[in-house]
Amino acid sequence: MTKKILVVDDEENILISLEFLLQRAGYDVAVAHDGDEALAQAERFAPDLILLDVMMPKKDGYEVCRLLRQDPRHEACKIVLLTAKGRDIDRAKGLAQGADDYLTKPFSTKELLEHVERLLAPGTV
Amino acid sequence: MGARWRFALAVVVLAALMTGPFLLTGAMVWADASEEARDALRALAERWLPLGGVTTVAGFALGIALLSRLFRHYVQGLLRMAEGLDVLRRANPGFRVPEEGPREVVTLAQAINRLADERDRLLAELDTRVREARHAVEEERNRLAALMAQLAEAVIVCNAEGRILLYNEAARRLAQSFGDSATVAASGWIGLGRSIHALLDPDLVAHVFESLEVMLEQGEVRPSMQVVTATPAGALVRVRVSPIAGEAAKEQISGYVLMLEDVTDQIEREASRNELLFELTEGNRAAIANIRLAAEMLHLPDVDEAMRARFRAVIAREVEAVSTRLDVASRAFADALRARWPLEPMRGADLLHAAAAYLKRRLDVVLELEILDEELWFEADHFSLLQALAFLAGRLVEDYGVPMLRLRLSGDDRLVYLDLVWSGGSLSNEIVTGWELEPLGLGGTRSPLTLRDVLDRHGAAMWFDREKARHRAFVRLALPRKQSVRLPPSATPAVPALEEGRPEFYDFDLFAWSDKATALEDRSLAELSYTVFDTETTGLDPSGGDEIIQIGATRIVNGRLLKHESFEQLIDPRRPLDPASIAVHHITPEMLEGQPTIEEVLPAFHRFAQDTVLVAHNAAFDMRFLQLKEEKLGVRFDQPVLDTLLLAAFLLPNQEHSLEALAHYFGVRVLGRHTALGDALVTAEIFLKMIPLLAEKGVVTLRQAREASQQTYYARLRY
Repeated sequence: MTKKILVVDDEENILISLEFLLQRAGYDVAVAHDGDEALAQAERFAPDLILLDVMMPKKDGYEVCRLLRQDPRHEACKIVLLTAKGRDIDRAKGLAQGADDYLTKPFSTKELLEHVERLLAPGTV
Repeated sequence: MGARWRFALAVVVLAALMTGPFLLTGAMVWADASEEARDALRALAERWLPLGGVTTVAGFALGIALLSRLFRHYVQGLLRMAEGLDVLRRANPGFRVPEEGPREVVTLAQAINRLADERDRLLAELDTRVREARHAVEEERNRLAALMAQLAEAVIVCNAEGRILLYNEAARRLAQSFGDSATVAASGWIGLGRSIHALLDPDLVAHVFESLEVMLEQGEVRPSMQVVTATPAGALVRVRVSPIAGEAAKEQISGYVLMLEDVTDQIEREASRNELLFELTEGNRAAIANIRLAAEMLHLPDVDEAMRARFRAVIAREVEAVSTRLDVASRAFADALRARWPLEPMRGADLLHAAAAYLKRRLDVVLELEILDEELWFEADHFSLLQALAFLAGRLVEDYGVPMLRLRLSGDDRLVYLDLVWSGGSLSNEIVTGWELEPLGLGGTRSPLTLRDVLDRHGAAMWFDREKARHRAFVRLALPRKQSVRLPPSATPAVPALEEGRPEFYDFDLFAWSDKATALEDRSLAELSYTVFDTETTGLDPSGGDEIIQIGATRIVNGRLLKHESFEQLIDPRRPLDPASIAVHHITPEMLEGQPTIEEVLPAFHRFAQDTVLVAHNAAFDMRFLQLKEEKLGVRFDQPVLDTLLLAAFLLPNQEHSLEALAHYFGVRVLGRHTALGDALVTAEIFLKMIPLLAEKGVVTLRQAREASQQTYYARLRY
C-alpha cells in the first residue's frame, strides 16, 4: 500500500521541491501551509508521516506536534520536525514535544529520503 | 597630722628638753638639801632666777627660730616642690620648680627641673615622630585616593557592614544616574558613612557578601564575584565585588571593594549583535535549504521543462532574499561599529606621529612629517581616522606607485587639514571620490567601514588638489577644529590639593565603624552622622499656607564636615512670594519657575537624610514645615533632631544666640548667608565646634545633648 506523507511548511519554495521529490519516490503526498491547515489535513488525509516545519505563523511546529500527539487517532503517525534552528537545545525541545525525528535545514534530498524510508519501514514503531 | 601640727609638737618637745633636765636637777638638789642650804639656795635663786629665766627664754626663742627656719626651708620647701611637680605633670608642662632655699633643696630642685627638661625634649621628639609618621601615612592615603578618583571605573569601598568609606568621581556620576527624577538634586545615593544598600538591593548585597565569606572559608585566595543588577531608573549595572582581608587573621573580612559599570549600552549592543549573528546564520538556513533542494531537483534526469523552470525560479527568489539579508546585516554591523566608537579630543600632531609609525610598518614608502602647528586639536576616533589615512596612503603607494609621501598638518581658525602630499600628479577628484565608497583596509585587513563612513562620523570632507608651482599634489582630509582643548572636563572639581586636608570622598577610619553596637541615644556626639540643614520659606507661618522654597543641607560623618556631599534645591511653592521674605533670601519668583515641587523634593531630601541625626538652627521652625508635609507625601522625618540654638543657650547662657553671633563667637567664616546651603554650612561648622565644649560640660551622648537642650530657657518657652 502506498504510504501517505503530509508536508507542512509556510514557504511555497520548499513545498514545491518536497512535494515533487516525495511523489517521485512513490509516496502519496499532501501539503499544508500552516498549523491549522496541517491539523485539518491530518484528520482528512490520515498520513503515515508528517514533515513539519517548526517556524510558522499562528501555530508553530512544536504546538502542532503536541496537539497531534494528544489525539490517539494519530498515534501511529510519524512526525519529523524540519527546522532552521540548529542548536542542540531546539532539537531536545522538539523531541520532547513527541517528534520522532528532527532535520536541520539545510538538508540534502538523500538525507531526507533516508530518514523518511527508515521511519516508514515495516517493524519500526 | 599636718606639717604645722608636727612643728608645734616639736616646739613643745624642744621646750621640755631644754627646761626639763634643769628643773629635774633643781628639784633633786632641793629635796636633798638641809634647811640652811635651802635658805641659801632660795636666796641665790631669788637673785639669779630672773637672769636664768631670761637666758632660758632667749635660748628657747633662738632654738625655735632655728627650728622654724629649718622647717620652712626643708619641710615646706619640699611640700611646695611636690605641688609644683603636680602642676608640671598635669596642667602646665612648661612650669619649673623654683630653685630657692638651702643648698640641698636647691640641688634637688635643679635635679627635678633637669628631669622635666629631659621629659619635654622626649615628648617633643615623640610628637614630631608621630606627626611625621601620620603625615606620611596621610600623604600615601591621599595619593591612593587621588588615583582612585581619576579611575574611569566606578570604585566604592565599604566596610563589612556595607558602610561606604571611599568612592570615586566615576562612582558618584554613576550613582547620580540611579535616580529616576532628572530635576531633583541627585544626591543621597552615595556618600561617606552611607549604606551601600541605598545603591544596591540589600538582599543582593547580603547574598554576595555571604558567598564571598564562604569562598574565603573554603580557602580561595582571591575570591571575587560579579552580578548584574537593575537600578531604580532601569539601567543595568555590573558590580564586581572583592573582599578586603581583615588585619587580624581571625577577622576574616574587614570590607569590600566594589567596581561598578553601567552595562546597559553594552548589553543592548551585544543583544543587537547577537540578533545580527542570528540573522546571518540561522536566518539563512531556511533559504539555503530551499535552494539546496531545488538545485538537487534540477539534477534529476526525469524532470520536465515546466518543473525545471519552477525550481530555477525558487533558486532565483531565495538567492535574492539571502543577498538582501546579507546587505542589511552588514549595514547594521557597520552602524554598530560606528556607534561603539565615540569621538575624543586629540592633537593633530599626535595622530600624524602615530600614522607615520603605523604606515612605516605596513607600506614600502619613504615618509616625511610636516607639522605646521603643534596645537591643532580636533575630535576624532583615533583608530578609524588612522585607518582612513592608511587606506589613502595604501592606494597612492600600491595603485599609483608613489615612492615618497609627506604627511602634512596645517589649519586655520575653523578647520584642520591632514594632507598626504606627493610629487607629480596624475589623479583626479573623480578617482578620489570613488575611493570614499570602498571599504577601508590595508595589507589584507578589511574593515566594514568605508572612508565615507569615517568622514561622516567626523564631520569631515576629503578632496584632491595640486600645488602647481611645486609640481606636487595632495589628498586633503579636512576636519572641524576644536578650540581651547584640554582634557575632557570632569563634572566636579578635581581632588582638592593635599595641603587643604583630607579629600572628602574617603575616610578609612570608617573601617572599624559600627552602628550596631550601641543604641543611637547612647552613642557619642562625636561619632554620629548628621544632616545639617536649613530651609528658606515664603513666610513664617507654615500652618497659614507658607511653603518651603529652598532646602540646603550638608553632612557631618565621623566628625568631618563633608561639603562635597551637599544637597541644594529650589522648590516651586505654587504660591506668590511675600515681598518681605524676598528681601531676606533674595530668591525671586523667576528663579522658582520650572523648579520641582515639594512632592518631588521632599522624598529626595528624606533619602539624603536617612540614617542621620538632623541638625538645624532653630530646628523647631524648619521641622514644622517638614512635618506638615509628612502625611501628604508619605515620608516621615522620625530621626532625632538637635537644635544649635538650644545647645548654644545651654553652653553660652550669657551670649546672643543668632547664627551670626554664634559664627562670630566660634570664629566661623560666613559665606553666602541666607541661602539655605550657606546657612546649613555655617550651622554645621558651629555645631562641630560645640561638640568638645559640650563634652567639657559632661554632655557626651545624644541623649545628654537632648536633655541639655530641654533644660534651656528656650526649650521651656517654645516646646
